[in-house]
Amino acid sequence: MLAVEMKDITKTFGMVKANQHVHFCLEEGEIHALLGENGAGKTTLMRILYGLYKADSGEIFVNGKKVDIHSPKEAIAAGIGMVTQHFTLVPTLTVAENIVLGYTDGITVSQKDIEKKVAEASQKYGILVDPSAYVKDLSVGERQRVEILKALYRNARILIMDEPTAVLVPQEVDVLFESLLRLVKAGLSVIFISHKLVEVMAVCDRITVLRDGVVTSTVNKSETTQIELAKMMVGRETFGVTRQSTRKTGKTIYELSGITLEGKHGRKLLNDVSFSVSEGEILGIAGVSGNGQGELTEVLTGLMTPNQGSIKLMGKEITHLTPGQISEAGVGRTPQDRHQGIVGDLSVAENLALENLPVYTKNGMLDHKKIIQDAQQKIEEFQIKASPNDQLRTLSGGNMQKVVLARALSRKPKVLVASQPTRGLDVGATEYVRKRLLEERDRGTAVILLSEDLDEVLALSDRIAVIYEGCIKGIVPSNEATPEKIGLLMAGAC
Amino acid sequence: MIKLKLERTPAPMWSKALIPIVAVVVTFIITSLLIILADANPFTAYYNFIVVPLSSKFSALEVLVKATPLIFTGLAVTFAFASGYYNIGAEGQLYAGAVAAAWVGATFTNLPAIAAVPLELVLGFIAGMLWALIPALLKIKLKVDEVVTTLLMNSIIMYFISALLNGPWRDPETGWPKSPEFFEAARFAQLIPKSRLHIGFIIAMVLVLIVYVVLKKTPLGLQMRAVGASKVGAQFAGINVNRTMLIAALVSGGIAGLAGVSEIAGIHYHLISELSGSYGYTGIIVATLGGLNPIGSTIAALFIGLIDTGSQTVSRVLGVPVYLGDVVQSTLLLVTLGMLLLQNYRIKRQ
Amino acid sequence: MGDFVIDLIAATLRIATPLIFATLGELFCERAGVLNLGIEGTMFWGAFVGFAGASLTGSLWLGILLALIGGMLSGFLMSILSVRLGVNQHVSGLGITLLMTALSLFGFRLIFGENRVLPSIAPFQQLNLFPNSAILGPIFSQYTLTYIAIFLIPVVSWILYRTTFGLNIRSVGDNPEATDAAGINVYRLRTIALVIGGGLMAVGGAYLSVAQLGSFTFGIVAGRGWVCIALIIFANWQPLKVLWGSLLFGGVQALQSRLQLTGIKLPYELFLSLPYIVTILALTLAGRNVSAPAALLKPYKRE
Repeated sequence: MLAVEMKDITKTFGMVKANQHVHFCLEEGEIHALLGENGAGKTTLMRILYGLYKADSGEIFVNGKKVDIHSPKEAIAAGIGMVTQHFTLVPTLTVAENIVLGYTDGITVSQKDIEKKVAEASQKYGILVDPSAYVKDLSVGERQRVEILKALYRNARILIMDEPTAVLVPQEVDVLFESLLRLVKAGLSVIFISHKLVEVMAVCDRITVLRDGVVTSTVNKSETTQIELAKMMVGRETFGVTRQSTRKTGKTIYELSGITLEGKHGRKLLNDVSFSVSEGEILGIAGVSGNGQGELTEVLTGLMTPNQGSIKLMGKEITHLTPGQISEAGVGRTPQDRHQGIVGDLSVAENLALENLPVYTKNGMLDHKKIIQDAQQKIEEFQIKASPNDQLRTLSGGNMQKVVLARALSRKPKVLVASQPTRGLDVGATEYVRKRLLEERDRGTAVILLSEDLDEVLALSDRIAVIYEGCIKGIVPSNEATPEKIGLLMAGAC
Repeated sequence: MIKLKLERTPAPMWSKALIPIVAVVVTFIITSLLIILADANPFTAYYNFIVVPLSSKFSALEVLVKATPLIFTGLAVTFAFASGYYNIGAEGQLYAGAVAAAWVGATFTNLPAIAAVPLELVLGFIAGMLWALIPALLKIKLKVDEVVTTLLMNSIIMYFISALLNGPWRDPETGWPKSPEFFEAARFAQLIPKSRLHIGFIIAMVLVLIVYVVLKKTPLGLQMRAVGASKVGAQFAGINVNRTMLIAALVSGGIAGLAGVSEIAGIHYHLISELSGSYGYTGIIVATLGGLNPIGSTIAALFIGLIDTGSQTVSRVLGVPVYLGDVVQSTLLLVTLGMLLLQNYRIKRQ
Repeated sequence: MGDFVIDLIAATLRIATPLIFATLGELFCERAGVLNLGIEGTMFWGAFVGFAGASLTGSLWLGILLALIGGMLSGFLMSILSVRLGVNQHVSGLGITLLMTALSLFGFRLIFGENRVLPSIAPFQQLNLFPNSAILGPIFSQYTLTYIAIFLIPVVSWILYRTTFGLNIRSVGDNPEATDAAGINVYRLRTIALVIGGGLMAVGGAYLSVAQLGSFTFGIVAGRGWVCIALIIFANWQPLKVLWGSLLFGGVQALQSRLQLTGIKLPYELFLSLPYIVTILALTLAGRNVSAPAALLKPYKRE
């Protein structure tokens, strides 16, 4: 019997079609992978199943019965549990308290009782946790086990795992897979959201590939290969803007060597990252989200200082400079999330001027006329649909991104850091931004393009570096880079 | 059944301008219950509240007198809040300024007014800054919540003043806890004979202009507003967030110090522990009502000054307790706060 | 000397009582993730309602009950602003303090008029638990409210750590998203916490007027609410530790007033400002305080 059947699911967010007529079936007792790039619609589909989103159209059947799920609570009642990357655990409570939270009966809670119950559940499902430990003292892997046990404790028969390995170290991944395989033998059904081919091939029975909100295919593991899956995942017709020629590269002006950034508990978010960029070159940095691009952006833009390593601009050390100093030294910067780079309550013109105020100061006062004039000129140049005095937060994402880009380019930088420059933009704005990046390259700027959109990286870059779990897995010249090759590196295949 | 649902949507610009007016009306409706409880007619009461004080020259000037310290503290709070630094310590910084002025006023007895008054202002400003320094440093160096520390500093200075007034500054003849009288030249000049209006009001108005220019027309002001609206965005644009907040905190303290100077040199002429009628806290109301805009907060200060004067009229004429004024002010604050958030919601059918 | 010490201990307990009530009240709010700066005004309001209630009804206990209800209303008002509407907790709390203070002053004038002689009532009698002991007798000659306050500390601890409600409160103060995901209504839970908290704060205030003074003066609370904010930090947000902080503060105050009576010259203002200074020091040393509920000061908005 089918544990879950989702029929003809469609969900749109504004202009974006996140899911289009998706059919998805989960058989009882299988591990079924949902494979796809970022933004392919995997998580949206599962959030619909878990009651976090409401589908525009389509039907859902659980164990053969048609269901209408409006909230996680109803999903849980229907026997569905979901474990996401963002754990919903309370750090200051014990494991047992977290597991029974919201599902206690009676007025009083006896630590002994709940710890006993949780210990029993832990035994029964073979998921090892210490019921009396505080969650704040647990490792990420242990916390994930608590989340899984929490779902099982609430009688989940269907478990959705949203990129469960993204936060784990390799040993923890092994433990997780063992547990999942054991649980499936005992009758649990698992939906495993992932973009890592190795893992999918290691643990799943069947694989459904999503691309741009549409199911490309559902295949049995035994009948497919990593390379075939990579094709299904990323293969796509090419589009408008691409670089015209490979050009001879100028001299190296920007160098990263041995950049290491440590997070909490000494976990290495960036591990010995080194690369260099030359004048008139776009270096694309490809990778699936959560593999260190965010941290790398913050280091490159000066928001974070690395624990080790150095960054040199034309031979001069700029590792420890503040964001303002880095900008002044000649690095144009856009943030990974454009909202991070702007002040929404200020006007478009004020935002454009903010990074280089001395230019806009006359006799100690703001040169309002120049601010507006320059803004007007940039608005025309970058085709921003706004007037200089509009509050920035009233702008659409595309126009906001153009403001961010216009500001980054306003000081004629020698190096441009462009992080996720087209994320969430419509086609027109996307094309425009890409065209600008190529123009910058032709002008002689060294461009570092960090993007989760593989097609974008392939189309624009002269060389492509792939980042995986905080390490650079390899740097490939564009003429050797095929989607399959890069896709394998991104998915951590060897 | 039709299900209604609140939905978040950005507020249109006109609603911002409308809020203070609607808030005043709502507040008057709520507080009229108390007036009825006090056996008075709300309409008569509000007539006495709003209209009567403005109908005689003396009481109209008294409104300005009452508003003067509030203009200062309102500016102080505006300056800090605009940069995202929540200075609740204007009350304490006001007293710090007053202590400095009291020292000048009692010490340099042979200075001419032209020297004594500026000295009071400068030292008062510095004293306010110093009293604001510790919480500001703790905030930017150690991320200690400035609200709690500035609040505690208010309590500490009251004990310090009590120690002063019961110790070295106790009146040697009467034994009252009040500092020596200001010598003539150290007192602020009266603006109009037979009224209590003094040059503190003029200084306040000049300061309104200065703060307006700084906030809206200088690079520092733009940086402050950027930090206040988004610390992340400001930092990304290369602004030194900590330095900006430190400047805002210290200047805010200095302006609050001037409020103390103005009250002591303009009205009381000696230091007493009841010098401030909670002007520092009322400054928060003033700044909030004024939308963190120097001009707006000045209008708000004048309005609160009117309510302060009016509540005395209401009390005298109708026997409604004078504290109605305080109730109106604080209700107005809460109603405004609520409406500022509610304006982002629309009622939608589900 | 022995009498001095006995008297000191007894006074310490008396002074600590309102602090225990109000700090436990604030504890409920903060553990649920809301800093309630309305505490100072709510205590003042409690002192007024308690006094007015007692003198109008003629029953002291009825006065306390009315103060409790009045405080709950104050907490409810705070919850509308800070929980439902999501107004900045600092500003809404201060607003509540200003409003409750103004309402109390207004109400007092309305009921009692402008008298030259302070209106007063016969306050609670002290209850001697050990009438036959020369040492324990004077020490445990306390108001019933004092015994209730001390008894309340383990009760609150039990509620927080041994009941479903307490588990939910601790969880909502630390991770409201997780609490919501567990199917618990975050808004309702925080509202209840603020209502309980407001009630306790007001009882603390009512103790001052109905038990200790027998009258209502404008300086009756005199910053005790802010002291409670400080005590919470000292107590590391744990109910059992509230006792020690309250006793320490009560002890210092009792000592300074007694030393002052003996004519010893002391900068007593320094003593009185010590709790504030020490709190700032504690905040400094704790820096980014790890024990504070993680969601404190953050309004919860459901996506």
